[in-house]
Amino acid sequence: MIDPRKSIINKRLGRVKHIIAVSSGKGGVGKSLVASTLALILANKKFKVGLFDADFTSPSTHLILGVKNAKPREEKGVIPAHVHGLKYVSIVAYSRENALPLRGADVSNALMELFATIIWGELDFLIVDMPPGISDALLDVIRLVKGINFLIVTTPSPLAFETVKKLLELLAELKVPVVGVVENMKIRESNFIPQNVRDAGFRFLGELPFDPKVEDSLGNVDTLLKTDFAIKLAKIALEIFL
Amino acid sequence: MHEWALAEAIISSVSQIAEKEGLKEVREVKIKVGELQQVEVEILEFALSELKMDKLKNAKFFIEAVRAELKCRVCEHKWSFSRNRLDKESAEAIHFVPETVHAYIKCPRCGSPDFEILQGRGVWLESVKGVK
Ligand SMILES: Nc1ncnc2c1ncn2[C@@H]1O[C@H](COP(=O)(O)OP(=O)(O)OP(=O)(O)O)[C@@H](O)[C@H]1O
Ligand SMILES: [Mg+2]
Ligand SMILES: [Zn+2]
Repeated sequence: MIDPRKSIINKRLGRVKHIIAVSSGKGGVGKSLVASTLALILANKKFKVGLFDADFTSPSTHLILGVKNAKPREEKGVIPAHVHGLKYVSIVAYSRENALPLRGADVSNALMELFATIIWGELDFLIVDMPPGISDALLDVIRLVKGINFLIVTTPSPLAFETVKKLLELLAELKVPVVGVVENMKIRESNFIPQNVRDAGFRFLGELPFDPKVEDSLGNVDTLLKTDFAIKLAKIALEIFL
Repeated sequence: MHEWALAEAIISSVSQIAEKEGLKEVREVKIKVGELQQVEVEILEFALSELKMDKLKNAKFFIEAVRAELKCRVCEHKWSFSRNRLDKESAEAIHFVPETVHAYIKCPRCGSPDFEILQGRGVWLESVKGVK
């Protein structure tokens, strides 16, 4: 018995120039916020951008983007919804307000299904918001998606960085390209993260402030893009991608 | 129209197998379609016939439906999936991503959403035959 879906995935992504998984060893560090804001920033720079929420059990990009009804269309495949200039797919379109309790094998299957059936078309960037940790989803995107790059998010905490370090080591071992590491929710001066990232042999991309305005702008992309957090992320994005 | 996307995957997978096994021509492809995904077999057949080319031009596709069997991990109850109990939108969600069944169905005996899909989830290739 052969699963036919795997063989089509790289064709589906064949016209996507850069695939970037936003990931971390730790939960709650701002992956979804960074992924969503980064996608918006790049789209504002006139790039063709897709955003895929790959956190099936705890999706949150739809809340950050204020998306209510972003159902993909069906037409010989799944055609992403258009929101704020992005091509957008979240499993929320299918699970709606319900909890979706999935085991690891289910996550793998659902990921495979969506990668095999979403027609992204031509994109400059596909940003993938990953679930936390070294999970089935992480191993699957590495296994299934040729040419995927990782952008790693950490907080200033040594607790976060401990898990990030393990993730970086794993990615290096698997020869998966890493764009670099951003330090999110920075509240005071410290050289701990930049130093450790560089010592581990990776690029430190910069720091993003803890910004109390972020919480109030969730669901409103115009105000979100005006926060100090987003302005700083835009600078980092332009340094990396332009 | 999810069927077209799946048909494309089948064609691409069969072509890869033909390549790997050095087949000059593919004659027969056996496919299993799980009832959980509610694939419309006629549309799948039509899509396959439209998409087949090169080595697959003369291939015959045999499609067999497989009942979807679910088993509760909590109380071990087994039952089969039936779309009749679902509203249109939930059934459609399961069609696109069968795993969303965990959002809409619970074990009929104990009410748990923690069940296993024993068989009949989606589309599988059972065999590919041809001439070398
Ligand atoms: N720089 C920041 N300033 C203020 N609040 C922030 C910042 N970064 C993230 N947050 C807030 O922290 C919370 C966690 O962020 P987010 O959901 O993006 O994290 P995550 O890493 O995706 O979490 P999970 O691991 O659950 O997927 C959110 O409420 C978000 O609004
Ligand atoms: Mg998240
Ligand atoms: Zn039960």
